[in-house]
Amino acid sequence: MLKVENLRLEQSDFSLDATFSANAGERLAILGPSGAGKSSLLAALGGFLAPTSGRILWEGQDLTNLPPAKRPISFLFQDQNLFAHLSVEDNLWLALSAGKGRKTPEQQEKILAALEPMGLSAYGARRPGSLSGGQAARAALAMVLLRARPILLLDEPFSALGPGLKQEMLTLVQEVAAQTQALVLLVTHQPQDAIDFATLTLFLDQGHASCPQETGAFFAEPSAILKSYLGK
Amino acid sequence: MARSAVSLTLVGVTAVLGLLLIGPLAAVIWRADQGLTALDIEAVRFTLWQAALSASLSVALAVPLARALYRRRFYGRGAIISLLGAPFLLPAIVAVLALLSVFGRVGLLAQGAAMLGLTLPSIYGAMGVILAHVFLNMPFAVRLLLLGWQSIPSERFRLAQSLGFGPPALFLHIELPMLRLVAPGAVMAIFMICLSSFAVALTLGGGPRATTVELSIYQALRFDFNLGAAAALGLLQSTLCLAALGLAALLPMQHGFGIGLDRALALGPPKGWRAYADFAGIFCATVFLLLPLGVLFYTGLSGIGSLPWVIWPAAARSVGVALCAAFLACFAALILAKASLRYGRFYEGVAMLPLATSSLVLGTGLFLIIHPFFSPARAALSVTILTNGFLSLPFAFRILLPDLRRLYADYGHQMTLYDLGPWAAFRFVIWPRMRPAIGFALGVTAAISMGDLGVITLFANADGTTLPMMIARLLGAYKMQEAASAALLLVLLSFGLFWLFDSREGKDA
Repeated sequence: MLKVENLRLEQSDFSLDATFSANAGERLAILGPSGAGKSSLLAALGGFLAPTSGRILWEGQDLTNLPPAKRPISFLFQDQNLFAHLSVEDNLWLALSAGKGRKTPEQQEKILAALEPMGLSAYGARRPGSLSGGQAARAALAMVLLRARPILLLDEPFSALGPGLKQEMLTLVQEVAAQTQALVLLVTHQPQDAIDFATLTLFLDQGHASCPQETGAFFAEPSAILKSYLGK
Repeated sequence: MARSAVSLTLVGVTAVLGLLLIGPLAAVIWRADQGLTALDIEAVRFTLWQAALSASLSVALAVPLARALYRRRFYGRGAIISLLGAPFLLPAIVAVLALLSVFGRVGLLAQGAAMLGLTLPSIYGAMGVILAHVFLNMPFAVRLLLLGWQSIPSERFRLAQSLGFGPPALFLHIELPMLRLVAPGAVMAIFMICLSSFAVALTLGGGPRATTVELSIYQALRFDFNLGAAAALGLLQSTLCLAALGLAALLPMQHGFGIGLDRALALGPPKGWRAYADFAGIFCATVFLLLPLGVLFYTGLSGIGSLPWVIWPAAARSVGVALCAAFLACFAALILAKASLRYGRFYEGVAMLPLATSSLVLGTGLFLIIHPFFSPARAALSVTILTNGFLSLPFAFRILLPDLRRLYADYGHQMTLYDLGPWAAFRFVIWPRMRPAIGFALGVTAAISMGDLGVITLFANADGTTLPMMIARLLGAYKMQEAASAALLLVLLSFGLFWLFDSREGKDA
């Protein structure tokens, strides 16, 4: 279980307080208006932003002061998830090995096994620039699969894709998460993403994170703040 | 393990840079036990006067030229703008020789004047120093001002057009505000370059009326072997450099013209006499820059195969010094640029430390430190490598920092997430993505070091000289043909090194 206890983030122009928990295998959407701190919250969970106070726990282990690479976390950013100058296979190898030593046959096998379910077996030697948007997104997802961490943080990684492709990618993430029993946290400002993808939804507004609610109920009985956000 | 090695390297680089600045300065202060003579005061006056006049003239001449290049479009415009970047890498000693080939006693102009029965004034002295400084720095000023003109949003020109502005009103309300912001910075930058320019003063200056402080240091050390006087002058030169640096820091750094939408300039350039004046200016500046270099090339080419054999070991030493200094400067620049991204601007300040001193001051201090223990001549090349690397560090740093900043903005999170160590980060991300910038930095620093005629003059004996010093000796002995050929060799090697790094590292990027 991921437990976020009295987490406080302070930056020059905003502050955010969050307390919530989520179990392995769940999919949590973090929803809120622009500037509410959605990406900052994810960056703090990933270890890229130091909280002012509070704790982050995973299965009882305190992650708060661990560097990003030591956390049980994979992260897909809004862009630049792949090194543009490396082939897809080399990108995956770097994610697997931290660039240590040479590529071993076992590593190559793992890389091919991660590319196969993404439909990218024939694209390993290509550079990201020569892939379509959907293929690049799937290659990034293959890296997540390869790293096999129990928590997956998604910071609007598919926002540049068209609606059909985005839906396809979210379905793929669902499949990967179900296969690995990973906890997925998805930052989005599109309510439909939460409805389509998430089992739980957490709303951020004016520096405060609400308690995660079951997504169906969250939208069936919207709060006044959510109504205002949805323009109802 | 690897990360602690990087931290140790950072501490080491910072300590070496600090010691290189403070050590020689402390030695200079410690030995500065003599008061200043009337000649020293005259050297200070001349140094400040020539630097101020050279800087003002360079910028004043650059203003109409930059404007002409901004508003005119013609075949060869790009080539002329590229040519304006070349003098930055041109060794000062070569510029001096090129000017002598046109303006010297037996130069092209003197020969023409002699046919008409006229005698031209001598290039040696204050006039020659200023002429050489303008030749070397006016193109730099044009490039800076051209950037200023290009930064004016084209929407401003459209507005001026809609309000019916003529050229005088356009200059007053749009171009002059830009010049007020850009020109003082250009004057200051050139003033600082001329303040510490040694090779020009050594070859064209001299005598009581055209001696700079740096030349006085050289004379005190090499001719009089008066360490106390050299130290006092070194202290004086440091004070001048620091004061100029302090003054430069007060000048505005940012342009305040707002952001345009990068629309193409719709306003047609003025016609009539203004068009003639623009093209006449461009033509004169191009001739002023190209003619001396062309004559030098023509004179030097015929003798390059029959250069005395001592030139070739000197050339090899210069290449070796340039390569070592370039790698040292770029290594330190990369370490400091990374540290400045992580720890803040303190390390930007560390990388700029060399601007607070000059080649001759550094040389004097190191001479004073080394002299009690062994002959400075034995350390000539190592000291030259160290000082050239040190002095070209700010250039390498300024070239590498923006690219490294962009790289970490794009991929910093991924590199952290994948736990890439320093070597893996360099091998798989920094080197492949920054090859053009690293190549350019290596090329610029190697070319600067290749043409340097500074600290080596204080340390080298007859056996351990570099190519620029050999050229200065040939020039001193009035062996003009050999000097021209050696200068041509120096130009070919300097630009060759630059091209080698810049084009090699630019590939595949």
